Amino acid sequence: MTVPLSYYVVLSAVVFLTGVVGVLIRRNIIIILLSVELMLNATNINFVAFSQYYQNVAGQVFVFFALTVAAAEVAVGLAIIIALYRVKSTINVDEFQLLKW
Amino acid sequence: MASVFFFYFAAIIVATSILVVAVRNPIYSALSLLIMFFHVAGLYVTLHAEFLAAVQIIVYAGAILVLYLFVVMLLNIRREDRYHAQLPVAILLGVMLLTELVLLALQRGWTLGTEAGEGGAAVADLGNTQMIGEVLYSTYLFPFEVASLILLVAMIGAIILAKRDILPGN
Repeated sequence: MTVPLSYYVVLSAVVFLTGVVGVLIRRNIIIILLSVELMLNATNINFVAFSQYYQNVAGQVFVFFALTVAAAEVAVGLAIIIALYRVKSTINVDEFQLLKW
Repeated sequence: MASVFFFYFAAIIVATSILVVAVRNPIYSALSLLIMFFHVAGLYVTLHAEFLAAVQIIVYAGAILVLYLFVVMLLNIRREDRYHAQLPVAILLGVMLLTELVLLALQRGWTLGTEAGEGGAAVADLGNTQMIGEVLYSTYLFPFEVASLILLVAMIGAIILAKRDILPGN
């Protein structure tokens, strides 16, 4: 690996930051879930880079588990979106205020 | 040569991830996320994680993205206003995190080193897939089983949430 580890860390930080900003500023709930995927991918890049750096395969196994949880999250999240759309016929997060105080 | 590949993949990853957040149409957003997944897989190949690169393409690009596109087209959402009222807070938080990133990177020095290589399972001799399999089915056997349980629960939960009159008495 001729690319220094810190480059991977910076790349992953930038992608994670984009995901955080996306979750905060977008109204469309599907885009919010896509931004969560961005954040998960950023952490995965970090895991694989550190796994290569320390020559330890455990990091790649953790990426495998993160992928499993991401798949479960997408299935449940999209089912919730469909259920919400059925009630309100919108997916704008500003409209969902049931749990707001 | 390796750094050329890294900078290519990194540039495309950053550009497409910004597009995911910035583009107005959800379908374009999902498609740029697809391009980002492919380039993350390429980055995994340069990091000698070939198994994860394949899994990234199969699971993320093949399953998750298709599910997203399916829901976007099913709901048939018209374009609407992009940003909502907490935009100033979001900008503040983003700027704070960015300055933190820059400060930390400058403080610690820009290079953390190119290779370490101490301890851990030996990487070079076995193939990547074989190595992950051996670790996954020995050290991480219990988390592996828990992951299968998570998938089962998510499957049942998704069916119950999305199906209309599955519970009696509704």
